[in-house]
This record gives sequence, C-alpha cells and structure tokens, in this order.
Amino acid sequence: MDQITMDRRSLLGAALLVAFTAGPRAAQAWTEKPVATDRVESFLALDAQGNVTVFIGKVDLGTGVRTGFMQIAAEELDVPLGRVRVIEGDTALTPDQGPTYGSLSIQNAGVQLRAAAATARRELLTRAATRFGAQPGALRVEEGAVVAPDGRRATFAELLGTGRLELAVDANAPIKPPEARRVVGRTVPRVDIPDKVFGRFEYVHDFKLPNMLHGRPVRPPAMGAVAEAVDEASIRHIPGVVRVVHRGAFVGVVAETEWAAVRAAKDLRVRWSDWAGLPDQARLWEHVKATPVAQVQVTSDRGNAAQAIASAPRKLQASYDFGINSHASMGPSCAVANFEGGRLTTWSASQATHNLRKQLAMMLAMPVEQVRCIYLEGAGCYGRNGHEDAAADAALLAQAVGRPVRVQWMRADEHGWDPKGPPHLVELRAGLDAQGNLTGWEAEAWIPKGAGGNVDLTAAELGGLPRENQIHPGNIIHNLAQPYAFPAVKTVCHRLDTTPFRPSWISTPGRMQNTYASEAFLDEVAAAAGKDPVQFRLSMLPREETRGREVLERVARLANWQTRPSPQADRTGEVLRGRGVTFCKYELVRTYVAAVAEVEVNRRTGVIRVTRFLCSHDCGQIINPDGVRSQIEGNIIHTLSRTFKEEMTFDRKAVTSLDWASYQVITFPEVPEIVIDLVDRPAERPWGAGEPAAAVVPSAVSNAVFDATGIRLRSVPFTPAKFRAALSAS
Amino acid sequence: MSQTIAMTVNGRAASITVDDPQMPLLYVLRNDLGVTGPHYGCGLAQCGACTVHIDGQAVRSCSVPASAAAGRQVVTLEGLGAPERPHPVQAAFIAEQAVQCGYCTNGMIMESAAFLARTPRPTEAQVKEALANNICRCGTHPRVVAAVMRAARG
Repeated sequence: MDQITMDRRSLLGAALLVAFTAGPRAAQAWTEKPVATDRVESFLALDAQGNVTVFIGKVDLGTGVRTGFMQIAAEELDVPLGRVRVIEGDTALTPDQGPTYGSLSIQNAGVQLRAAAATARRELLTRAATRFGAQPGALRVEEGAVVAPDGRRATFAELLGTGRLELAVDANAPIKPPEARRVVGRTVPRVDIPDKVFGRFEYVHDFKLPNMLHGRPVRPPAMGAVAEAVDEASIRHIPGVVRVVHRGAFVGVVAETEWAAVRAAKDLRVRWSDWAGLPDQARLWEHVKATPVAQVQVTSDRGNAAQAIASAPRKLQASYDFGINSHASMGPSCAVANFEGGRLTTWSASQATHNLRKQLAMMLAMPVEQVRCIYLEGAGCYGRNGHEDAAADAALLAQAVGRPVRVQWMRADEHGWDPKGPPHLVELRAGLDAQGNLTGWEAEAWIPKGAGGNVDLTAAELGGLPRENQIHPGNIIHNLAQPYAFPAVKTVCHRLDTTPFRPSWISTPGRMQNTYASEAFLDEVAAAAGKDPVQFRLSMLPREETRGREVLERVARLANWQTRPSPQADRTGEVLRGRGVTFCKYELVRTYVAAVAEVEVNRRTGVIRVTRFLCSHDCGQIINPDGVRSQIEGNIIHTLSRTFKEEMTFDRKAVTSLDWASYQVITFPEVPEIVIDLVDRPAERPWGAGEPAAAVVPSAVSNAVFDATGIRLRSVPFTPAKFRAALSAS
Repeated sequence: MSQTIAMTVNGRAASITVDDPQMPLLYVLRNDLGVTGPHYGCGLAQCGACTVHIDGQAVRSCSVPASAAAGRQVVTLEGLGAPERPHPVQAAFIAEQAVQCGYCTNGMIMESAAFLARTPRPTEAQVKEALANNICRCGTHPRVVAAVMRAARG
C-alpha cells in the first residue's frame, strides 16, 4: 500500500486537469476534487510527466476490470498503457457510478470513462489545432502528444498549460473507430497479477494504520438472540485485550494484537437470550409458499396463456427450486476504520463505497460529508457479501476505543453471517397442440420483494442502530419473461414480504434461477413434443433475433450437436452420457449466451460428472478478450459449484454450514474442460460479461442429465442422493 | 507466558516473542514479520490460502502453532521467487493469467511448487488431485492446472 499511496499522492499533487490539495489521504480536504459523473475532470487527471490517472466508481473485485478501464483510457487518449493509473471506489475521489454489480462495469462505467476520455481528446486536439494553425482533423495523437502534419508536437501537458481544464462530458464525443484501435479489443495481461503471484499485492486484509488495534465481532449463537449479560472477566486472562463493546445484540472485542482478539472473541462468555425463529429447513419450500406476498409483479403477459394451456390437448407442469447460497468468499470480510477529527474513514473491499458511506453515516448519526469510504481489493466477492458489515463492525469498535481498528471475520462469521442468496421457487405450465407446437406458457416465481439497494449493516441491525430496514435481494425478476415468441405467455413474480435470512445478490441473482427453471422446463416441453432441443429453441426465437440465433447455432456446431430429441435412446448401462443446451438473452436486453453441457451420469451412485462445458458468448464489443474468457470460465465454474454442491444448512436458530466441510464447493477434479467461443462485435456497444455466463449453467446440466438418463432434476443442488431418489421414483 | 521462537523465514533469521506459543504461525508471519503472502482463509486447514513451506513441505500455517516452526526453515510466497528470479510456478501463473482475485493464489502456488518438487512430470489428473484440497471461489481452476503443467514442462 505504501507504494500505491505514494503514487496516488504524487499523481494527485501533479494533476493538471484537477487542482486540489494533495496530502495524507485521510486528512486532506475530501470534497474538493470533482466527482460528478458529467464532468471530465471527475474521471481523468493528466500530469506534466504524461501520466493519466483514471478515477472510477466501479471497482475491481478480482475480475480484472481495472485493466479494462486502463485499456479504454489508453485507447481514447493515445497514451501507453503503462502511463495509466487507476483509483477506484474512493468516495472522496471517484464518481458514484453505482455499485459494482450486474456485470455493468464495462457496459456502464467503461462507456462513461470512454466518453470522458473522448471529450478530453477532442479538447486537446482543438487546442493543438489553434496552436499549430491546423485543422483538428489533420492532427494525430500519439504517446500522449498531439502531432501536426509538419511534425510539430505538443504534449498534453503543454496543451493544458497551468490552467484548470473544466469540461462537461459529451456522450457524443467521437470515439476511435474499430480500425484505429490499438489497445482495446486486444488481450492485455492483467496489471494486478504479478504482484499477486509474488506476494506483493496489498489486499484490504494487509492494510495497516499506525496505532491500529484488532477487533472481532462476537455473533449471537441464535440469529435473533440478544446479549443479556457479558462477562468481561472471562477474557481477563488474555494479554492485550483493550475493550469489550456491547450494544444490544452487537458484541465485539478489541485487542492490541490480532491473536488476542481471536482468543477473546472465542473465550468471551455471553448470556444470550433464547431464540429459535427460523423455519424448518426440511419444509423450506412450504415456508416459502406460505410467506405473505407483498406485491404481485407481472413481468410479461401476451395472449391468454391460461386459456391456451387449459384448452391444449397436452399439458405439462413442473416446479423448480434453487436453495439458499452463501457467498462463501475465500477471505473472510475485513475492514479498517479510523476516526480522526470527527471524521470517519473506512478501508474495505465494499463493492459500493458511495452507498456504504451513506449507511455508515446513518448508523452513526453522522453527516455523510464526515464519512469517507475507500476501496481496497479483498477476496473475490460475487455480489454484496460481508465487506460492508465488517466496515460497520470496525466503525463501531473504532468509535468505542478512539483508535483505528481492523476487523477480520473468522470463517464461521463469514459462512454464518454474510447475506444469503435467498430461496427461489418457480412453477411452470405449458400446453402443446397435437403437432407438438407450444401453445401457451405460464411461470410463477416465489421470491423476496425488493431489488438492488443498501443491504442493512449487521452491526446496525444487531445494535438497534439506525438503518433502512428494507430487504434487497438484487434485481431478481429478470429472465422469467422469455425471449421466445410463444403464442401466449404470462410470467408472474410473487414478491414475498420476508425471507428467512438477510438476502443480497450473489452472481446473476434471480436471472440465473429464472433461466434455470425456464430453460429446463422448455427442455421438458421439447422432449414431450419429440423435438430436438436446439431446433425447438431456434424455431421459437423471433426472426429478428439474429444474434441470439447465431450463438445457439455456433455452440451447437462447436459441440458437434447431433440433431435428435432427448433423452438419448440407450439408457441401459451404468454410466450414461448426455448433452443439454441452454440459451439466454441476459435480462432480455443484452448479452447473448448459449451453452452445451456434456455429462456422464452413474446411475448406481448418482454421481454426475460434467465432462465438457461449451459456451458461445456475444457481449458486443470486447475490451480484453482474455479478460472476458476468464470471466466466463469463472462464472461457469462458480455456478457449477452452486449447481452440484452449494447449499446452506440451518436449524431453527442459525446457519449450521459454517465451514468448507459443511458448505462444500467444487474441487479441482470436478471441474470440466471449458470451451469458449467469443463473438466479437467491435462496432457494437460493449455489454456485460461474467454474469450472463452463469445464467446458462444449471439448466444446461439438468437438460444433459435428462438426455443421458431420462431423469429430470428440478431441485438444486443436484446431489447424488437427489438423482438416486428421482431415479427410484421414475 | 511469553516465549521467544527462532526460525528462518525466507532465508533470514527471525526471532519472535509471543504471548501464546499456540498462536498459529500464520499470525507470526503476517503480523509480526509483515509477510502477507499467506492469507487467512478458514483457520481450519480446509482451504489452503495460508500455505507455506516448512523444511520444503507444504503446510497450512493457520493450523501450525508458531512454536512448531522453531528452528525450521519457513518459505513463503515472497521467498519462493521474485520478479527478477521467479519460481517456475510463479512465472507460469503469470503466463497463463491463472489469477482472478488472487486470494487463493498463494496456496495454489505453494502447494504446486511442493508437489512439483516431488512429482516433476505430473499428469493433469495428478495436478488436480494434488490441488483437490485447495479451494478457489473465482473459478480459476483450468488456468491453475494449465500453469502447473506449464511449469512442469519447464
């Protein structure tokens, strides 16, 4: 961090586009640098040495998007990649471009950055044209300088002079045409990887402040229990304990060393009240169906689907469920908080520092201007995990002791208390006519209310402190409506008033579960109609969906797909092989993905092995092809883990899957070969990559298992026991 | 009862006074010696993020008492290689871009380096088995396997 801090200071101090006081980060004036998203100077600083600093509100959660932002800035400004630095997710320095979620970083923040850089480039060209007495169109930009036709050069710094350049972002400023691009669209090695490989990268877990103490929360053994009494004498034998903090159900310890804090949190005797308010996990889906509905949302309604199904000679119906997931990040959530001069600064791996700032201000009844939240990379997170909560824990503890406090959760805190991907239940019905044509489609989902928003801070909840008191599971309604031209369709979301665990979004929230249910059920319909699953989908995609058809056709070719209905004919052996397809137009407005899963199923043991997973992917313009591949691979593997293994368990009091033995995830021998086919469209706008590839995984697997065995799996995770049960029931 | 423990870390002699000799080695490395390559992942020896070498063996420093490292050679990711002289596994991880968040990378590299030292020409299946108890959540598995195979080819 020292190195990065120095870089930041020197870069900021020398900035020409933005003039604001440099100094120690936590102490400097916090709001002098512009951060409005419509100003060029909010995004970019160019210094006298020819360096470009990018200020970006979206953060690199381990995805490599930092390198993508650098490519975008280097391309539009024609500076070498090595001259570009990135500052991410600092509420005092970076624009609020929304939380880093939804695979929107390149699609939204990258496009905003590109517009800012293109606006700056146009201004530099205009100034150079005046200086050289030439037409802007006759000038070229290379290596951070503008060059006239006669060879005269002016560096960006010379063109900017000492004045302050203030520009509104022009979203229509001309960007480089595809044929002129030299950095964007090409694979660039990620800038963070060497430091990560040599143990030199500074994660939030490694960040230290002078005089810093270590804290640990002590969570209740039952989620709704209150700490009735705390026996501070119980940890008096541990050297270095500084303080026990107790507010309602919030209990935490602070110590001089991390190990003392770990021991104190473990040994502290607390009398907790009785609480057993969780539902019976064995009857989870009954609980979900019985939960009061806050809102009924119709997400598509064309024709009279109910009547079309009722009058169809053949009717199908099925119910699909997807259990509760933990983010289960590799590194437990961690943050450092410091109060100085009445101001609070936190360092955390929050994906939404601008929102965290508001939440901390609310919790602590402070003016939001007195809170600054700085992003430092943590272990990968796949949505809103516990980082914000660790920041809130650290803030409460730091406030109590008047010194900087670092909090890192223990593994059980992470598995037990990170917000959860909520249970997701979908029921579907369809009608077929005598020719095997689909006549009507109905889908109903039972899912929590809410969308994206500020997930309440656990410390505020436990401590009875101000919070929004709303649930925010993410934007989970998408992809229940269908990309297909069904003659009649109705899709409905029953938005439940409550859900057993504090929800948040985990990779592809709801969009993956809805795609899974819909694309698996569509496969059931295709099988009932005796039609090939790829051809059946193609026959129902609207003619104008050329990009959708293309990914489906490409993945079928890639997989050497044999046109025939499922299941395959010979199902007599012990180990059976099959293939399944899935198509997704993400949120019906962006990235197209088609996938084929190839599986081997052992009918005796119920063990399912994915041997190969193939994916054709069209996210429009690609910034960094290897970065996109890496994101697709990661999302496929993470979702295979969720499809086969991940399921949070709980009793009536709390989460019981508190480690990697009880919350199992995919292991190396279980990871299939992954084949990726990228469709690059450099003249199109860039869409998100990552989440869309997760959407297609569970249904492709369910369809492949059905193709192999004739057994349909409708309950995630697809465990051997569930397969054997489905087999014996068939 | 405080105790002084002497060990060698990345080729340098280190002497640390600890209150509790049962404190895991990981905390000595990260907090007392500022060696932050090894990461706390679970404290249960289940995930591998904290892996270091002790006398050439890959061990999980979250579950080894500091006192057990007394008088022994400890090597961490920082000591395995450096940009100017990378260990072949480190070079291969860069070549294959086998990192996303990188929190597990320490364990992947340290486990693989110890594995290759005893199995210089592994099959892919052997690599996968050797890493079967190392967890990655970002899904870098295929690249990690490719990197270890690349390092083995030399």
